[in-house]
Amino acid sequence: MQLIDKSKVKEMIDLLIDQDLYIHLEMTMGAYASHVDSSKHPAATFISNAVIRYTHGSISGNGPFRVGLKTSQGWIYSEGLTHYEDEDVERLIMAGHDSQGKLIVALQLSREPF
Amino acid sequence: MESRILVVLPHPDDEAFGVSGSLAKYIRDGAQVTYACLTLGEMGRNMGIPPFATRVTLPAVRKEELEASCRAIGIQDLRLLGFHDKTIEFEDQDKLDGSIMELVNELNPSLIITFYPGYSVHPDHDATGEAVVRTIGRMPADRRPPVHCLAFSKNHEETIGKPDVIIDVKEFLLKKMGSIQAHRSQFQAAELLGNKKMPDKDIQDRFGTERFWTYRFE
Ligand SMILES: [Zn+2]
Repeated sequence: MQLIDKSKVKEMIDLLIDQDLYIHLEMTMGAYASHVDSSKHPAATFISNAVIRYTHGSISGNGPFRVGLKTSQGWIYSEGLTHYEDEDVERLIMAGHDSQGKLIVALQLSREPF
Repeated sequence: MESRILVVLPHPDDEAFGVSGSLAKYIRDGAQVTYACLTLGEMGRNMGIPPFATRVTLPAVRKEELEASCRAIGIQDLRLLGFHDKTIEFEDQDKLDGSIMELVNELNPSLIITFYPGYSVHPDHDATGEAVVRTIGRMPADRRPPVHCLAFSKNHEETIGKPDVIIDVKEFLLKKMGSIQAHRSQFQAAELLGNKKMPDKDIQDRFGTERFWTYRFE
């Protein structure tokens, strides 16, 4: 994983427009959040290998970054992205890691299931 | 002396802090250990600092780490059961229990080690312990192997009392540290040792004892 290069990610977003894609979208505070600090409200959610298609999309911010993808009936939105997989030319793999390196958010798009 | 031990835990690394020393000790004394790991921890949040794994590569990375951990401990038989991280509590119970029963029938263990249902913090831990206890509970009482449980939820001793199996693993700390360090995407040395550099004595106090509760079937 590399720190996000906005223009590379934007190229990839454009490359994946108007086709059926498998999405993995996730946000998590970690399963131990409330065990470590009982004032924390534990929350996590993910959807894996749902099929989506977007007509338009972009990345914004100065890091951590936001990505918005416009679908025919709605939106896909993700905030807090810091890293992407620069070696992957077929898929867009993005994640947000906190200062301790722990994953907080992930947004992944691929023509094949994950 | 235990001859055949079946360990049932949901995540690669669940063995590292709580059982690795005891397993090394049992193995030194001649036990055969089968570790059935239910998932590959594919939803884990730690990917190294800086991250060297991704959501996509994490399962393969963690599988290798788990294999290295088993080598460090001396575990002879690792089984990956192929369930998905975070989903054990939602999994088809017949399928889950069936895969555990299959192992019990095949191995005829003299001891099973798992998480204490309800006292193990992570939903996968609790659900794994529940599945083991449910499966073993269905066996005739005189054929049930003892089940030793790990527990670490807050205030667990208020309800389940003190552990009845306490194992001194100070002699096996090198193997235990080897197991912990094998999970390099999950545990950073800094995190492990806290902010200060920990002298050996502290490591011995902190990691030198492992505690289990023998599950009491009604
Ligand atoms: Zn675990």
